[in-house]
Amino acid sequence: MGYLLNNPSEVGWLLWQHLQMTSITLLIAIAVAVPIALLITRYRWLSVPVMGTLGVIYTIPSLALIIFLVPVFGLNATSVIVAMVLYTQVILVRNLTVGLSSIDPAVLEASRGMGMSPWQRWWWVQVPLVLPVFVAGARIAAVVATAIATIGAKFNAGGLGQLLFDGIQTNRIDKIWAGSITVAVLAFAINALLLWLERRSHPTRKAQTK
Amino acid sequence: MHTGDHIPCSEFLNLSCNAMGSIQFDQVTLEFSGMSRPAVNQVSCEVASGELVVILGPSGCGKTTLLKMVNRLYEPTSGRIYIDGQDIKRLKPTKLRQKIGYVIQQSGLFPHMTVADNVAVVPKLLKWPNPRIQARVDELLQLVKLPPTEYRDRYPAQLSGGQQQRVGIARALAGDPAYMLMDEPFGAIDAITRTALQTEILRLQQQLQKTILFVSHDVDEALRLGDRILVMNAGQIVQFDTPFNLLTQPADPFVHELLGADDMVRQLGLLTVNSAMMALPDNYQNGSKPTVNAVDNLRDALSLILKTGAPELSVVDQDKPVGLLTLEHIRSYAAEANR
Ligand SMILES: Nc1ncnc2c1ncn2[C@@H]1O[C@H](COP(=O)(O)OP(=O)(O)OP(=O)(O)O)[C@@H](O)[C@H]1O
Ligand SMILES: [Mg+2]
Repeated sequence: MGYLLNNPSEVGWLLWQHLQMTSITLLIAIAVAVPIALLITRYRWLSVPVMGTLGVIYTIPSLALIIFLVPVFGLNATSVIVAMVLYTQVILVRNLTVGLSSIDPAVLEASRGMGMSPWQRWWWVQVPLVLPVFVAGARIAAVVATAIATIGAKFNAGGLGQLLFDGIQTNRIDKIWAGSITVAVLAFAINALLLWLERRSHPTRKAQTK
Repeated sequence: MHTGDHIPCSEFLNLSCNAMGSIQFDQVTLEFSGMSRPAVNQVSCEVASGELVVILGPSGCGKTTLLKMVNRLYEPTSGRIYIDGQDIKRLKPTKLRQKIGYVIQQSGLFPHMTVADNVAVVPKLLKWPNPRIQARVDELLQLVKLPPTEYRDRYPAQLSGGQQQRVGIARALAGDPAYMLMDEPFGAIDAITRTALQTEILRLQQQLQKTILFVSHDVDEALRLGDRILVMNAGQIVQFDTPFNLLTQPADPFVHELLGADDMVRQLGLLTVNSAMMALPDNYQNGSKPTVNAVDNLRDALSLILKTGAPELSVVDQDKPVGLLTLEHIRSYAAEANR
C-alpha cells in the first residue's frame, strides 16, 4: 500500500497504459468479432471450423502466443494487443452468435413482412435484442484482457505488469502488492461498469423496474 | 415494357379489370428445391376488393407458401401475382410490404418495444410525422379494445396471448393498408378467446373493408369468417366458393370430408333465422316466448329451442317481434337448402 501512496504518478501512468491496452484491444476485438459473427449466422456451416479455430487459440498459453507474434509485430505493445484480440474472439463471437440465433424467428419474419430494409432490421430489431448478451461477452473479454495485459510489461508494452516484474526482479514486496492490488481493482471496476451497462441494455428493463 | 406500369390484367386473365384493392393469382407455382411436388401448383384465382377469403386445407398443403408470395417473402417459380392490377414483381419488396398488413400466428411482436412502439413501426417506416403516429396508435388500440392509457406503455411480455394478437392486428393495420395477410392468427389461442377475436375481425371488417387473405385450418373458423373459402390440397385449389355452396355442393369427396358437409348443425350456422321463420299471425300475442334476433343463425336458434324446451321462438328485429320460428321450420328449411 505504501508504494502506491508514495508513487501515485508512476502508478497512475502505468494504470493509464494498462487501461489503454485493454480498451484498444476491446475496440479492435469487437470490430473483428461482429463481422465474423454475422458471417457465421448467415452461413451456418462456418460455425464449426471458425469456432473450433478460435477455441484452439484460446487454449494456447498467453506468453507463448505473444512470443509467436513478436517476430511479426516486434517487441512492443502491438504484439500484446494482437494476442489479446485473438484471445477474446472466442468469447465475443460465441456470445454474438448465440445472441443473434436466439432471436425469435417470428420476430424477424414480422420485421421483414412489415417492410423493414435489412439495415432497419439490424438497427431496430437485431441490435437491441442482442445487446445484453453482447455486453455480457464484452465484459468477460475485458476482464480477460485486463489480466493478460499484465504480461505486456515483459514485451516493452508497459502497464501495471511493470510493477509486478520489477518487484520480483528487485525483491520489492511492496511493488508486487501495489501492482496486484491495482490490477485487481481495475478488473473489478471494469466488470462493474460493464455489468451496469448490461443491465441498462436489457430491452424490457423499464418494464421490470416498474 | 413500353406499355407503362399497368398491364391490363384482362390480357392475362379473363377477369374484370376493376383492379383496385384486388389480388389476382395467375398460374402461380412455387417449387422448393428437393421437394417431389411443388408447394403451390398452378394457382389462379381472384380475390375481390373488400373480400375476406379464408385459405383452408390440411397441414402442408401450401397455405402459408401461397400467402407469403403475396408480400414477396417467397418468390414464385413461375406465374404472376397482381395487386391493384399491378404485377408485384415491379414493386420494391419493402414498399409492397408496407402496403400490406401482415399478422402471424406467434404474433411476432418486438419484445423490446412497448405496445405503442410496436404499433408505430409501419407509420415510422412510412415517415409519418410524430403527432400523426401517436394519434394513430391510440386510435388503433381503441379499435382492438385495448385502452391506450392502460396498454400503451406495456411490453409484449406483459400481455396475454389474446392481447398480443390484438396488438399484432393493430400493428398490421397501422399504415392503413388496403390488404391484410393473416396466417393462422388465432392458431395458438384458447377456444373462447379465439371466438371473441373472430367476432372482432368480423366487426373490424365491416368497419374497414380490407381485402383479407386469412389462413386457417379450422373449418368452423373458415365458415364463420370467410366471404369465400379457398380450399387447397397438395398445392392446388380444389374449390373456391362461398361457405354455403361449399357445404351444399362440395366439388369432390375431399372437400366434402374436410368441411364435414354431412354435418347439418354446421350448415345451420350459415343460415339466418329470418330466412326460415314464418311471418307473424294477425292475432299475435307474444306471451313469454324466448326471443332470437332475425339476423342470428339457425344453429343458435336450435340450441335455444333445445335449451329452453319452448315449442316456438319469437323472432325480433331491433326488439320488435317480426316472426315465429319452430323446430319444424328449421328442419324443413335445412332440408330444402340441401336439395
Ligand atoms: N422454406 C421452405 N423450404 C422448403 N420447403 C418448404 C419451405 N416452406 C414450406 N415448405 C414445404 O412446402 C409445403 C407447404 O408448406 P406450407 O408451409 O405452405 O404449408 P401450410 O399449408 O401452411 O401448412 P400448415 O397448416 O402446417 O401451416 C410443405 O410440404 C413444406 O414442407
Ligand atoms: Mg402454415
